Amino acid sequence: MFKFFFKRLLVLVPVFFGVTLVAFGFIRALPGDPIEVLAGERGVSPERHAELMAQLGLDKPLWQQYFSYVGDVLQGDLGTSLITNRSVAEEFFELFPATAELAICAMLFAIIIGIPAGIVAAVKRGTLVDQGIMSLSLAGYSMPIFWWGLLLIILFSNTLNLTPVSGRLSFLFEVEPVTGFMLIDSLLSDEKGAFKSALHHLVLPTIVLGTIPLAVIARQTRSAMLEVLSEDYVRTAKAKGLSPLRVISVHALRNAMITVVTVIGLQVAVLLAGAILTETIFSWPGIGKWIIFSVFSRDYYAVQGGLLLIAACVMVVNLIVDLLYGLINPRIVH
Amino acid sequence: MKKTLLALSLGLGLAVSGAAQAKTLVFCSEGSPEGFNPSLYSAGTTFDASSQTIFNRLVQFEPGSTKVVPGLAESWTASADGLEYTFNLRKGVKYHTTKDFTPTRDFNADDILFTFNRMWKEDHPYHDVSGGDYKYFGWMSMGDLLKSIEKVDDYTVKFTLNYAEAPFVSNMAMDFASVLSAEYGDELAASGNKADIDHKPVGTGPFVFKSYQKDAMIRYTAHDDYWNGRSNIDKLVFAITTDANVRYQKLKAGECHVMPYPNPADVAAMDKDPDINLLRQEGLNVGYLAFNTEKPPFDQKLVRQALNMAIDKQSILDVVFKGAGSIAKNPIPPTIWSYNDDVKDYDYNPEKAKAMLAEAGVSGLKTNIWAMPVQRPYNPNARRMAELIQADWAKVGVEAEIVTFEWGEYLKRSKNGEHDTVLLGWTGDNGDPDNFMYVLLGCDAAKDGGNRARWCNEEFDNTLRQAKQVTDQAERTALYESAQVIFKEEAPWVTIAHSVVFKPVRKEVTGFKVHPLGSHIFYDGVDLK
Repeated sequence: MFKFFFKRLLVLVPVFFGVTLVAFGFIRALPGDPIEVLAGERGVSPERHAELMAQLGLDKPLWQQYFSYVGDVLQGDLGTSLITNRSVAEEFFELFPATAELAICAMLFAIIIGIPAGIVAAVKRGTLVDQGIMSLSLAGYSMPIFWWGLLLIILFSNTLNLTPVSGRLSFLFEVEPVTGFMLIDSLLSDEKGAFKSALHHLVLPTIVLGTIPLAVIARQTRSAMLEVLSEDYVRTAKAKGLSPLRVISVHALRNAMITVVTVIGLQVAVLLAGAILTETIFSWPGIGKWIIFSVFSRDYYAVQGGLLLIAACVMVVNLIVDLLYGLINPRIVH
Repeated sequence: MKKTLLALSLGLGLAVSGAAQAKTLVFCSEGSPEGFNPSLYSAGTTFDASSQTIFNRLVQFEPGSTKVVPGLAESWTASADGLEYTFNLRKGVKYHTTKDFTPTRDFNADDILFTFNRMWKEDHPYHDVSGGDYKYFGWMSMGDLLKSIEKVDDYTVKFTLNYAEAPFVSNMAMDFASVLSAEYGDELAASGNKADIDHKPVGTGPFVFKSYQKDAMIRYTAHDDYWNGRSNIDKLVFAITTDANVRYQKLKAGECHVMPYPNPADVAAMDKDPDINLLRQEGLNVGYLAFNTEKPPFDQKLVRQALNMAIDKQSILDVVFKGAGSIAKNPIPPTIWSYNDDVKDYDYNPEKAKAMLAEAGVSGLKTNIWAMPVQRPYNPNARRMAELIQADWAKVGVEAEIVTFEWGEYLKRSKNGEHDTVLLGWTGDNGDPDNFMYVLLGCDAAKDGGNRARWCNEEFDNTLRQAKQVTDQAERTALYESAQVIFKEEAPWVTIAHSVVFKPVRKEVTGFKVHPLGSHIFYDGVDLK
């Protein structure tokens, strides 16, 4: 187990360098630089431009900039945002809990509905129920997030007046950030009703962000279950007279879970990508919106640092998924 | 679940009505501020959240106009040669008390020196704090302009200039000139937390900064001891909402009272909404097509005039601005003093244009039209505008190719003069005609590229320079009026349109005015019914 863990950590070293290179190269490959973008129509004289580029260390050859960036990262310094003059890490960790909270809720929503839906579809294979679930999941998978979000806002917030339009908490409540997770912070605060408000604000963004993973999980659960249900040991279990619930939950589902867990792991990257749009629609103060703003304003250090930290999150989740295989199926020994 | 949702929604529905009783005004702002010291930044979003709420300046723009009125200075005088400006400061002005700072003295001349010397003097202990790049101070050439700033006494400050610059007083009303607290600066320096001055702001303005959660919310409370009277609004909240569709939904749902920058497509529906007042005003901007006068045949006045005549501006207004604009005939908008309404625009006359091109010896002209890749109030759809111009010019035998680049690249290349004709525009900074004409059409701007027409006309330039040196408003007006006549005759641009700015505001908000410079001001008569 430890050997496996150590090996996986070793693999992360080249991945780390790959990510730094991609993040560094990506933002610099875009035309324009932060000074020009900031000056806009006003423009900036070549002398002042050169002076500011030198001040930011952007006048040096690219390879020098890259090595000094990697050197700083290895010492734990992700740099300072060119726009806000604040530390990139500080900005990231201030916004990350909002994204994490939303992503966790969206994932729970996708798992809680997606897995049972997939199981039902597999068990009722070929029936109207199966076709209905699969059609809905196809529709969910194809849903443009922005359109879906606005549709739900118009329906639930403006027409039915059931949910708030956007944000994390009503402005009536003043909750001091402690953990950054609004559900927890609102419980910790003295503000009565803040938790309800936070929960209420989570409903639509969770549905919107969770829709695509839900569709994927439902489809993958169905196909994994179908495969397992046709195995000999399932037939044997049925022949032994076990109840259908026991056959499905103990014998079939556990073996189908390997595929499902892999898919769930892969959905983390999908969630982070979806967060960019979901956060924009719901004015959710997370890292997706921050990264997009940083790209548009050519905030080199924020983009580099942000991408690196997001990649780190995905790597950690993948590692956890790999370790989970062993728990689900003890025959897999690391 | 349904019951819970219903209960929650009732709570939400009460939010705004409850807020009205507590006088909490919610503004759905369009983005996060870059920081809270307006001298370091350039975005209107930042100014709304800092200079217009927390700070004051020596002089200020009257809400709803570009007229300069007293602020922290009760009055000011200029010397006859226009080189010295003396400001008499207001007494009894209190700084905010926050959880980090309790002021022990009122505002005085030391605060003015601290504020301006920080931006100006490289050896000032605060100069390099937060990056040390004072954008507007540089853009308005304040470093070259200032010769000295002296404290005459505690309540008198004298600015001496290196050369006469009549727009100087208007510059003092700009956001970057917001006055900080020297006492707070000293306290932070002593505790080794200098950067806090830009993130935990302390000013003299109508609202006290309370808290900020990035990309989510900014909270302010009324400044009880405000020198110009306490605000009617007790609490001010900026709910940061970047998407215009969502801002509109929030306004409809009563989650905010005022929203900026609506989608043009939503304006008609907003106008019909019984809960919303749609305020409108002509923006302080101009959208134009500049001819590169260094390249033939655009070096010929006759060709430029002919191509002016070949464009049907009314169609552009109808299609691109969807009526939310007015045809521009001058390089400054009508909301700016000295606008010359006697100037006659070129009529749309393709036949005459054709004849003039023939007279200039131009036939089978092939050229390009550069179209901006971004939306701006002065040009909501540059690509469409370019297509309309392309079609109009085709009618007079001019074949134009539409070119576009990424925004940074577009600005850089057009500054270098790589274009034949380029679509661009400008939004005013300080309501002074100099801020349009000298910046966009002066000979200095032709050298550094800000003048995209690269047009340097001695008579025009001399008129502008003269207007910079006189402080008498009537004299300046006459000079700018004559400059506009020269501009129209020389036709370095096709002046296309000035946009109309819309501000949807909920009916319960009273006294809110659209500010021509684009700021959102929640003081000066703004109230909730």
